[in-house]
Amino acid sequence: MGTATTDSACVLDRDGLDALVRVLRARGRTVVGPTQRDGAIVLAELESAAELPYGWGVELEGGHYRVIRRDDEAAFAHSAGPQSWKNFLLPQRVRQWTADRGPDGELTVRPERHDPASYAFLGVRPCDLRAIAIQDRVLTGGRHKDDAYRARRDGAFLIAVECTEPGATCFCVSMGTGPAAGPGYDIAMTEVLDGAGHRFLARAGTAEGADVLAELPHRAADPATRTAAHEAVDAAAGRMGRTMPPVDLRALLAGTLDAERWNDVASRCLTCGNCTMACPTCFCTTTEDVTDLTGDHAERWSRWESCYDLDFSHLSGAGPVRASGRSRYRQWMTHKLGTWHDQFGSSGCVGCGRCIVWCPVAIDITEEAHALHQEALDKDSPS
Amino acid sequence: MTVDAATPHRPRLGVFKFASCDGCQLTLLDCEDELLPLAGEMDIAYFLEASSAPGPGPYDLSLVEGSVTTAEDAERIRRIRAESRTLVTIGACATAGGVQALRNFADVDEFREIVYARPEYIETLATSTPIAAHVPVDFELQGCPIDRGQLLEVITAFLAGRRPDIPRHSVCFACKRRGTPCVTVAHGTPCLGPVTHAGCGALCPAYGRGCYGCFGPSGSPNMPAMIPLLRSDGMSDEDVLRILHTFNVAKFAAIEPEREEP
Ligand code: SF4
Ligand code: SF4
Ligand code: SF4
Ligand code: SF4
Repeated sequence: MGTATTDSACVLDRDGLDALVRVLRARGRTVVGPTQRDGAIVLAELESAAELPYGWGVELEGGHYRVIRRDDEAAFAHSAGPQSWKNFLLPQRVRQWTADRGPDGELTVRPERHDPASYAFLGVRPCDLRAIAIQDRVLTGGRHKDDAYRARRDGAFLIAVECTEPGATCFCVSMGTGPAAGPGYDIAMTEVLDGAGHRFLARAGTAEGADVLAELPHRAADPATRTAAHEAVDAAAGRMGRTMPPVDLRALLAGTLDAERWNDVASRCLTCGNCTMACPTCFCTTTEDVTDLTGDHAERWSRWESCYDLDFSHLSGAGPVRASGRSRYRQWMTHKLGTWHDQFGSSGCVGCGRCIVWCPVAIDITEEAHALHQEALDKDSPS
Repeated sequence: MTVDAATPHRPRLGVFKFASCDGCQLTLLDCEDELLPLAGEMDIAYFLEASSAPGPGPYDLSLVEGSVTTAEDAERIRRIRAESRTLVTIGACATAGGVQALRNFADVDEFREIVYARPEYIETLATSTPIAAHVPVDFELQGCPIDRGQLLEVITAFLAGRRPDIPRHSVCFACKRRGTPCVTVAHGTPCLGPVTHAGCGALCPAYGRGCYGCFGPSGSPNMPAMIPLLRSDGMSDEDVLRILHTFNVAKFAAIEPEREEP
């Protein structure tokens, strides 16, 4: 799993990165990667590697995000932005079927044909690589498979870029998801910027990845680049801005359902839903039925939903089960860190920090976990 | 009148106006592509904005714009309610009293003296109140003005006999779904989105502006948490008061945390 041990490793220069985007596009792929827009580093279709955010970094805190100029030309020195790859793999609104009633009253239902773009995602952070694996498990691993997701996912080519510049809200080390890339990539790269130049240590994780790399101008990985890459990722692991309490989080959440802390966080939470929408693993959708004025044409869509929505737990005749902000925040956090294990065999949090950054009032899942832990300790050993 | 077996009874639509600017009714007229099909599905029995020949009740669906500001209004809405099977209020005036509800927090006689040359001719109530304060309302469609798509959704849902899909969640949902980087988080711009009812598609943040709450409060606004955020994004107490007291005065005022009198 280490950074620089794979034998297929090679080194790309910036022209190698240019060629990478060209080659993928020539193979018919829609290349999506980070680019600077609207004062944020967003994910968008790239026509060339020149659109990458060379020289831009980010300053992150709870409820705070700013792009900042760096004094180098790094392309991947930013951590998780406002969107994640789920914006492409699980788009916010998708039609599922269309129904028409003919003049004779005959009803024709046509399921939606899904021919998704064949994506190449450039710059998938290790935490997000894990988030994609988690959504794969949720959306295609059980009894109810989402075929449209499967189609988008099967066609996607993933280029991971390891983290060398973690944000102040990152805690992938606590969640075991980074900053080195785990499995699941087609190509993994580590950006190196030192006296010897700006370059990328790259290695393939799949045959197609190897095939693509072979088409690019590259050279064999030299020991200095391997070492520099390895050290940069190691150093990143020591610079995490946040941590989780070093306990079994699943047990912590299961044991603190009645904690006082939930009232405290509920008084601050706007129930605005930003955290779930920004989270790369939150997968909830609802169905939306659309009819036209004649009633002869109907469509069913699915769209992103969130457990912060009152309608999320609406029961006909009884109203929302989770009416209070307290019960909704608790649902979100216990799902992410606790009950996700019961449902899907892993944590639902990968430590990307998006929910902390994009919460307008800076509610911080790590701070809440520490507070719950502290409250549990105080309860166990009353002074 | 001959009754064609193939065209069953078309539900009768009434569109009524109370104290308002007409903007919400205009939203209906703006539904250009849908107006003809609508006229095919519904008998537009009363709609002064569109026709000068209003038909009498009863109405299957009544859309009511505007707030109640006179004793005569209060009487008229009772008559309309009695003649309507389903009554839907549209817009900030009808659902929250509108901008004219500013008078609820002031001295109406003083306003009257300042605004009108012959104040003695002006008969008005001391308050501007939403329709629901006078009669039972089946559905309230918020917005100033309302969103065209949401109005069509309410009408088509009525025709299909289903619940309209008008989520009560915050504008932030729409902002994230649209992919707009949050203006509060990324630029420090004050934004009422987290407590405001979705429906506009997060229009203002998409143009780099903060939301100013024209759709009124969401289904679960947490004002005591929102106000300190507006302040930390640079709004003065007066700015906060003004933004909350623009379109949905009475509704936001009702949920504001206690304020100390100046
Ligand atoms: S819960 Fe927060 S930190 Fe964890 S994966 Fe979701 S957005 Fe990232
Ligand atoms: S935290 Fe909420 S929105 Fe996210 S997956 Fe769980 S229930 Fe769904
Ligand atoms: S935790 Fe923050 S982002 Fe999430 S619903 Fe509450 S206020 Fe909104
Ligand atoms: S810009 Fe406003 S509406 Fe959009 S997410 Fe931020 S706070 Fe919410």
